Amino acid sequence: MILARALDVTRRYGDNLALDSVTFEVESGELVGLLGPNGAGKSTLVNLLTGIRRPTSGTVELLGGDPRLPQSRRHLGVTPQETGLPGSLRVGEVVDFVSAHYDKPLPKAELLDRFGLTELVRRQTGGLSGGEKRRVAVALAFVGRPRIVFLDEPTTGLDVQARRFLWDGIRAFQAEGGTVVLTSHYLEEIEALARRVVVIGGGRVLADDTVDAVRGLVAVHRVSLSLADSLPDLPGIAGAERDGDRLHLLTADADRLVRDLVAYEVPFKDLEVRPTSLEEAFLTITEDRAPATAIARAA
Amino acid sequence: MTSLALTHAKFQLLETARIPIALFGSAFFPAAAMLAFVVPFVGDNAEYATFATASMITFSVMSTNLFQHGVGVSEDRAQPWDPYMRTLPAGALPRFAGRILSGLTLMFVSLIPVVLIAAFLTEATLTSAQFLLTAATVVVIAIPFILMGLAIGYSMPQKAAVVVAQLLFFPLAFLGGLMTGPGMAPGIVEDIAPYLPTGGAARLMWAAVGDFPYDFGSIAALVGWIIALGWVAVWAYRRDEGRRFS
Repeated sequence: MILARALDVTRRYGDNLALDSVTFEVESGELVGLLGPNGAGKSTLVNLLTGIRRPTSGTVELLGGDPRLPQSRRHLGVTPQETGLPGSLRVGEVVDFVSAHYDKPLPKAELLDRFGLTELVRRQTGGLSGGEKRRVAVALAFVGRPRIVFLDEPTTGLDVQARRFLWDGIRAFQAEGGTVVLTSHYLEEIEALARRVVVIGGGRVLADDTVDAVRGLVAVHRVSLSLADSLPDLPGIAGAERDGDRLHLLTADADRLVRDLVAYEVPFKDLEVRPTSLEEAFLTITEDRAPATAIARAA
Repeated sequence: MTSLALTHAKFQLLETARIPIALFGSAFFPAAAMLAFVVPFVGDNAEYATFATASMITFSVMSTNLFQHGVGVSEDRAQPWDPYMRTLPAGALPRFAGRILSGLTLMFVSLIPVVLIAAFLTEATLTSAQFLLTAATVVVIAIPFILMGLAIGYSMPQKAAVVVAQLLFFPLAFLGGLMTGPGMAPGIVEDIAPYLPTGGAARLMWAAVGDFPYDFGSIAALVGWIIALGWVAVWAYRRDEGRRFS
């Protein structure tokens, strides 16, 4: 059963094309990671699916209805930006306020306990630390016993222990049949939780596959070396980044690049070859749509 | 839906109450003006004191609504909490109704000191029938100022909204004849005041508290203001929604 769907959706802001005929579906019980840099279009996609915005063309569906209608959102949970919590209200009051919108909300004590917030219930949200705010924001997504939640960078900025705690909570929700859409450019988060990754860049879906497949799809290696001079024009370099003397090259064929470096008698030192992280894989996929220099700058 | 509107009103009031200086500010100026101008100068004369109190209440109704809704709405629009609330399973109406309700509540709270000062420190006096008529009139004259506030709040960023609310409220008060008693303002003010929202509102208040005659030209102008300001408020709301949420 499909819980959320975008069908050939385009969204413009004036002249700016934020989403370009995107089709995206989330099945019941899935845990999907939406990966992309800022401005790639992933927040726009989430805003369309959660009823905050309307597509310029194409159709969006949430739980079988138009997400802009309140009744379609009865089983939806979303994390607010933690900077947006009403600062003068206490944690317990914010939970009460959000609960009032749902038919059968989770009892407050149970929710607070599940997210380790029991001790914070009397604290004003404006006085919480960044990590505490983040936990409150994630907890709010689960107040209404949702069938589907959209979590925006749920564990960015948390310490390791708090992060594992939340990951366990998200996994438990999915194990009970819940559906999760996770947006992030924080990769450990997506690798830890999601099996399916949808990569968004330049307003388009660039890849939609398993975490392993997305990584394997590009099989990128990072070749790092120290070099004072400039590098000759070698084939197969998908991205380059210079950090003082240190040069980091992204390539699909590390063996060939190393042979070329030797053949061209490049006077490199401290050669290092590492397998790709998801982030580097992602950079290579988006590279088709952006000049290598832009990537080198962004990296 | 109604209970959700009350929930929104309750939490908005709670947020205001947590920063008591905001509450204090809206209650302070009308009360201070009563003590500084009304009590010493016309406090001994029942008729003048009653009219002056009615003017002061009109002034207070204007300033609380203009700031509550003008500055309050533009502040809320700047918060990321606003788009989050649009993902909750409720339309825009409970929020909107809650805002009006909390605005009216705060307005009445800020009027209490004015009424108490008038009752105990001046000769101002009303029959209970007049008091009820005046209370009803206060709700009616709040409408154009709520709409004016919403029009400002939905059409401007926060900093501009503060400035515009401040720029509007003093000239409106002076030209509407709120600084002077009925028939005592300078000529030009007497000529235009009946047709300004402040002047029209004050005339309704004077008619409610004393034997000031209802002026139908002025009432028609006030209705015209309500329609015009309502139109601008709806336009600004739709434009804002279209820009950020469509």
